[in-house]
Amino acid sequence: MSNPRSDEGSGDADSRTVTFGRHGVRAGFLTALPIALGVGGYGIAFGVLAAGAGLSAAEAGLMSATVVAGTSQIVAVELWADPIPVVTVLLAVFAINLRYSLMGAALQPWFSRLSAKQAYGSLFLMADENWALTMRDLGSGSGRGAFLLGSGIAVWTFWVGSTVLGVLAGGAIGDPARYGIDFVLAAVFVALAAELWEGRSSLVPWTVALAGALLAAELLPGQWYILVGGALAGGVEVIRYDG
Amino acid sequence: MAEVLSLDPRVVAVILAMAVVTFLTKVGGLWLLSRFEVSDRLEAGISVLPGAIVIAILGPEFASGGPAEWAAGGLTLLVMWRTGNILLALVAGVVGVVAFRAVG
Repeated sequence: MSNPRSDEGSGDADSRTVTFGRHGVRAGFLTALPIALGVGGYGIAFGVLAAGAGLSAAEAGLMSATVVAGTSQIVAVELWADPIPVVTVLLAVFAINLRYSLMGAALQPWFSRLSAKQAYGSLFLMADENWALTMRDLGSGSGRGAFLLGSGIAVWTFWVGSTVLGVLAGGAIGDPARYGIDFVLAAVFVALAAELWEGRSSLVPWTVALAGALLAAELLPGQWYILVGGALAGGVEVIRYDG
Repeated sequence: MAEVLSLDPRVVAVILAMAVVTFLTKVGGLWLLSRFEVSDRLEAGISVLPGAIVIAILGPEFASGGPAEWAAGGLTLLVMWRTGNILLALVAGVVGVVAFRAVG
């Protein structure tokens, strides 16, 4: 923390050694605790939605414990039906989580010095929140290679615990429309959108996604409009990118 | 309580498949980095996906709703922007939609 440099560790992999130990786990865990509380808010919302989709507390808890990727889980539960549209769910999860590849790649200057077990084990617990904290920590030259693991443990614990609480709360509510619970999903996505908005640079892809989804919802069956909207926005961004 | 603990094998299978797909995206970048160069162009495209998919879900959802849902959506957005607190934003949206439906 002595070096307040806040750039995202832009490649100048310092020559200091990267350690992987209890100290880093502890630092990551404590730093992430306040943010993990916020993650708990999403977990409760996810649990309520999962209960609405017919998932048991055990199933939703298992999903949070093994997938550990909030937005994609919320979308998956939105797509959930009987029978489960497996291909659509997996494609959506893949598309939404593809950004993790970029985030994981950004850790390369430090993680290339860890063992495969340490690096890939830590990446299992990578979420947006603890990744950002970890980039800041490693970028400041701390050399604490276990920071992602420690912060990930904090996020994971709150995410799984709040998911189960949310399912139990959701199951106790009864008729959803009476209390406006049918609106929770839309409200969750509105809140997610507010967090994902990156200013003017989001305007074009989001407009493309909106127009594409509205059109595809008219023309195509099921929930393909979600992937169509997302893919069109990604494609347009690739084409119009100008450095 | 049996219901709380129930684990449908098909559901578990889909969940585990989701977990595998997600894990591959999480480790894929680090693994591929030494083998391929990801262009800035492709990176820009991938980075807009989460927001774009959220919007693609919201669009038709709100298009099929009415003034009560639109107003409640606006209220959710406002509270989220002002407070950054997801639970507060959700409560505002849900209370809002009940109130707007009652008057609408």
